[in-house]
Amino acid sequence: MAEIVKKATRESFGEALVELGKTNPDIVVLVADLADATKVENFGKAYPHRFVECGIAEGNMVGVAAGLAACGKIPFATSFAMFSAGRAFEQVRNSVGYPHLNVKIVGSHAGISVGEDGATHQCCEDIALMRSIPGMVVLNPADHYEMQAAVKAAVEHQGPVYIRLGRLAVESCNNNDDYHFEIGKGITLREGSDITVIATGLMVGEAIQAVDTLTAEGIHARLIDMHTIKPLDRELVVKAAKETGKIVTVEEHSVIGGLGEAVAACLCEECPVPLTRVGMQDRFGHSGPAVDLLKEFGLCAQGIAEAVKRAVNK
Amino acid sequence: MDAEKLRSLRLTAAKVRLGIVEGVFSAKSGHPGGSLSAADIFTYLYFSEMNVDPQDPKKEDRDRFVLSKGHCAPGLYAALAQRGYFSLDHLKRLRHIGAMLQGHPDMKGTPGVDMSTGSLGQGISAAAGMALAAKMDGGSQRVYCLLGDGEIEEGQVWEAAMFAAHHNLDNLCLIVDYNGLQIDGDVAKVAGLAPIDDKFRSFGFAVTTADGHDFQSLEEAFSQAKACKGKPTVIIAKTVKGKGVSFMENQAGWHGKAPNEEQYNQAMNELNQALAAI
Repeated sequence: MAEIVKKATRESFGEALVELGKTNPDIVVLVADLADATKVENFGKAYPHRFVECGIAEGNMVGVAAGLAACGKIPFATSFAMFSAGRAFEQVRNSVGYPHLNVKIVGSHAGISVGEDGATHQCCEDIALMRSIPGMVVLNPADHYEMQAAVKAAVEHQGPVYIRLGRLAVESCNNNDDYHFEIGKGITLREGSDITVIATGLMVGEAIQAVDTLTAEGIHARLIDMHTIKPLDRELVVKAAKETGKIVTVEEHSVIGGLGEAVAACLCEECPVPLTRVGMQDRFGHSGPAVDLLKEFGLCAQGIAEAVKRAVNK
Repeated sequence: MDAEKLRSLRLTAAKVRLGIVEGVFSAKSGHPGGSLSAADIFTYLYFSEMNVDPQDPKKEDRDRFVLSKGHCAPGLYAALAQRGYFSLDHLKRLRHIGAMLQGHPDMKGTPGVDMSTGSLGQGISAAAGMALAAKMDGGSQRVYCLLGDGEIEEGQVWEAAMFAAHHNLDNLCLIVDYNGLQIDGDVAKVAGLAPIDDKFRSFGFAVTTADGHDFQSLEEAFSQAKACKGKPTVIIAKTVKGKGVSFMENQAGWHGKAPNEEQYNQAMNELNQALAAI
């Protein structure tokens, strides 16, 4: 078993890129004045000729990435999710998505855990925006090991990919030896038959705590780490619905357009069961320390445990 | 430029104009005005300037062309068809269901189209990315990008201009089709763009002007662009919107409208007469 690592997934992302850059000369990293925050500074130090500072101009950065990809490069266009997926949405849609270019759009500091910066920077819409683009793969890895595997898979995947990065350090949960990452295949972290919790990204760690607490109280919840929002692992969702009868989704994202709605659509079409969506309930966040905010909005182990209990007892 | 080459370019441009009117008439929609104003520029690029091979449209070391003003696709398509990328018959199916030629350029489906464009202001960024890729690989390929004058009202154009100059992309050559008209009317009244040359100069570009309907003038401008080292070039090409079709010339109303049958016949007559006179 690999060692347990406590690290922000943005750190793991930056490390993975440096490593992959050694053997893949086509990888190019673009930044928009946030090289340190998105943790790609070391890539720039290791491969200065493949590191492109674009300044605070995300729309142009995405277009430049499209041009690089049209010439065979594998560009990673990085910024805060608010800007790479939000501000530059139309550039991603028209210059990357429509021509299906091999650009990787990276959104760091997603969700409310950017904390003190407040609502303008707390992007809870990136997954909704990115998954609406035809052909776009949407990844939201939960921990260090998953992020490393996801970046490698994104490089190997021909076509546009959105990767969401977390800002807060999280303890690894995918360090077991038989861990296998595949785009579109969720990871079952806990077996259970009373209900299924499907979590993604930063919320996976919180969901583990919630599920383990509930086990002690006699509620046996299954837990799925859904690192790929699109294409969704429909098979795993339907199996969980059939075997456990109830589903709770957990995401640090709006309940509109994110994991919750993706799962809801799948369930409605294939196996309708009661669903509870934990996430941002059509609200903006506000300033505050990240951990306090997550608690306030119920995006923490306790909040998840309460939502699961309510769902079980409904 | 010798007389023979000049005559050959004029003949080709006349055929490109016929193709534009044919395409837009067949589609019953599309953008004839800006396509006609840029017809000589398309012709010069594909028949004199660029290193391309219609038999091998994806060859790696080719020069690239990005039509940032993507709505002028009929002009690009007519030039590509003349150059032999695909048959002229496709022009008659422009914008039809299941047709290869989409309303705006689609790099996935159309040989010779290097970038999908249509949303204004985005093509220039992709062109800058292509120029940067060539620099990274030490390649000699050049990238050409045609912008509308109205298009440069988009903020992204200036983000890209700043980027291109900052990265010393001297293999990037922009052309502004300065026909002076956009959908809502006179460009000068809509947004007050002038002086375009000083704006680009202050963004770090080498600026040259040309008569966009005079091949000698275009040749001179493109030669200057090629000789310029250390910075990107913009050619501000003075043109006439709707050039070649009397009733479309200098009329903003012909920006995005197809001719009816009577107008089509008149336009084709005029263009055929012009062709015969060369």
